[in-house]
Amino acid sequence: MKATKRIWIRSAFGAAAAMALLGSAWAQGQPVKIGLLATLEGPFAAGGADGMRGAELAVKQRGGVVAGRKIEIIKASSDAKPDVAVNATRKLVEQDKVDIMVGPLSGGEGIAVKDYSKTQPQVTFINGGSGAQATTLVNPSPNFFRFNTEGGQWMMGLGKAALAKGYKKVMVIAEDYAFPYSQVQGFMAEYCRLGGKVPIKAWVPLGGKDYSSVIAKIPPDIDAMLVVLGGADAVNFLNQYEAAGGDKPILGGSITVSQDVLNYRGKRRDSLVGTLSAGPYADSFDGAEWKAFVADYQKTFPVSAGGFPSPSLFAYVYYVNMKAALDGLAAVNGDLSNNQAKYREALSKMVLKTPNGDVRLDANRQAIGTTFVTEVVKDAQGNLTTRVVSKVDNVDQMLGMKKEEFAMGSRDVPSCP
Amino acid sequence: MKSGAAAAVATPVAVSIAHPARSASNRFEAMRSAVSLRHVVVLAGVLLLPLAATPFMLFQVVAQSLVLGLIALSLTFLGGYGGMVSLAQMTVAGIAGYAVAVLGFSSATEISLRWPWWAAIPVALVICSLAATLVGWLSVRTEGIYTIMITLAIGVAFYYLVLQNYSVFNGFQGMREVYPPKVFGVAWRDPVPFYYLSLGCALAGYFLVRWVVGAPFGIALQGIRDNPRRMNALGFHVVAHRVAAYALAGFIAGVGGVLFVWYNGLITPGSVGTSWLINILVIAVLGGMKHPIGAFLGALVFVLLQTFAIDLFDRERFNLVIGGVFLAIVLFSPDGLLGLWEKLRLRLGPAQRLSHNSRRS
Repeated sequence: MKATKRIWIRSAFGAAAAMALLGSAWAQGQPVKIGLLATLEGPFAAGGADGMRGAELAVKQRGGVVAGRKIEIIKASSDAKPDVAVNATRKLVEQDKVDIMVGPLSGGEGIAVKDYSKTQPQVTFINGGSGAQATTLVNPSPNFFRFNTEGGQWMMGLGKAALAKGYKKVMVIAEDYAFPYSQVQGFMAEYCRLGGKVPIKAWVPLGGKDYSSVIAKIPPDIDAMLVVLGGADAVNFLNQYEAAGGDKPILGGSITVSQDVLNYRGKRRDSLVGTLSAGPYADSFDGAEWKAFVADYQKTFPVSAGGFPSPSLFAYVYYVNMKAALDGLAAVNGDLSNNQAKYREALSKMVLKTPNGDVRLDANRQAIGTTFVTEVVKDAQGNLTTRVVSKVDNVDQMLGMKKEEFAMGSRDVPSCP
Repeated sequence: MKSGAAAAVATPVAVSIAHPARSASNRFEAMRSAVSLRHVVVLAGVLLLPLAATPFMLFQVVAQSLVLGLIALSLTFLGGYGGMVSLAQMTVAGIAGYAVAVLGFSSATEISLRWPWWAAIPVALVICSLAATLVGWLSVRTEGIYTIMITLAIGVAFYYLVLQNYSVFNGFQGMREVYPPKVFGVAWRDPVPFYYLSLGCALAGYFLVRWVVGAPFGIALQGIRDNPRRMNALGFHVVAHRVAAYALAGFIAGVGGVLFVWYNGLITPGSVGTSWLINILVIAVLGGMKHPIGAFLGALVFVLLQTFAIDLFDRERFNLVIGGVFLAIVLFSPDGLLGLWEKLRLRLGPAQRLSHNSRRS
């Protein structure tokens, strides 16, 4: 009787132990939930969909599994409004209980999500495509990482290239919010230092339809215009400027001549040829990793299935950030325990291999990376594409300034009339 | 106002009346008999909800519904009882939200005046009530579709004002870090406190509307809705009643606007853009304009769809679900969810009208 009882107890213990072992093994193999937020609605809907493709590509390259743990992507959409982005993020974090969050896409959203990330210390937030300087410069959040360079960094090298083309006086036409402020600062920081002049800046509202008052203000003695307008705004401006008989050369912001603008099928798109611009990637860069990335994108998302002829800016930055999330996960062997402490340390110290070279993070968890200066050219098939003029490595957020003399870009900063 | 009440009592046939006028002595008795088990259960349910719901459901779904419902309630009051459909209710709410951000604290330190909350909030509510009065004063001389047009124009004008003005409204970027004050040591933006805060405001708004539409002013307002010329002939000042209704609705929307800016923690031009102007109308129509509860029901359905539609359907096309559900509700029940509810009741049990401001001709 006694013996049977003991056997019973022993086997119960044994079963419990086995269960515990199985349980921990099961925890090890549990899927990692990653939230993915991009703008599938609103002004950046096309860019947002391509951003999602970029992120999906990074997951696909790992076969959907990292360190034995399946990667489960849960998507959400916003319309480029910060309140909508926070609502969507909150749903992913608090309702769907994601472990890692990738997104959002635009600057204002990025700042709002960074603010929200402070209230959720158990989740690691990795940026998607947003490029506002303030996200990592003002009150940075300890669990918000950004592996893409931002708007200011994207313009380094353009000032030098503009002066090399003989543009000594440039007018700025840009949308009136944080991202274009950063872009203009990135350009002017270098351009003004090397002796260029910016006599007049025109800040136009986002989503403007009528640019006639701006076009009327363009002084006759400038050499070129820096146009930092996105998507439909850029197309509207270029159309109206051509119609008004304008012929000044154009310097483009990073999203002015992105693929979705180059794809524009209007009659006047040829006027874009010769346009200089700068950004974190270049269609025609001939690095082997970049070519492999483009080929993989084209194979995975052929034009017939809605993909672009070559990956857009948003596809690229979402790819880079998702790749960082997965590489970090691989580096710690899928270990997200202890409030993801090990994972975050791995991310902070990681040297990320991107299609355009290595990316490291600074103390604010902001990328230090490569910027390309490009020129728009027409390829043999008649598609508009870009040619690399120069490549600047290791661009950091201070844009070549000392920390003490650096001030964030705004309507009036910097200034060199 | 006194003469208005007397006239309403004297000519009960001429105007439609929500509740028969009662003398003061039996009003208390009537109130007590109006409270049934149903009310107690609902009240207990909403008070104890935090025990059952996750913080996410409490904050993002229920509290957001209550706040949006409060803004839509102002439209239900104007549209259902006053016969004036205003698209500018979100604008009025946005004015209150911007006022709190400008007078109180926000990330735009060079703009915000850093007034303490007990000064900033009342002044913000006064500002938005005045703004609503102005909107009313501009639009009450119009009827029907022209009211919609003029209030839409006002709303769009305000959107472009805040989008392009930098000295007060900080343009496209708007104001961030607008949080509720810490009063009584409670962090009011935490899910449970914020839920009770919005619940308190929503209940207050609900009972305020219930009370007003039974008061002489509300009865006169419904009379004006049904036959302004006759009310005018009876000696009522039609324009004054309508403008007063706008002012009251503006105050309710303003409270909702302050809560909404706290909920989001920020306000940008997008918060008062055309899509939001129309969303408020969608919420009010979806719930049904015949009873104040409709605004909250509509808001709950709206928020649930906005939050979860993406899980139900193809993630790139989830807006189809949202549009489809809205279309189905309005198509099968022109009176919104309340209309559905009433149909169900008629079929299942003895008729009991939930709508209490229907026209009687």
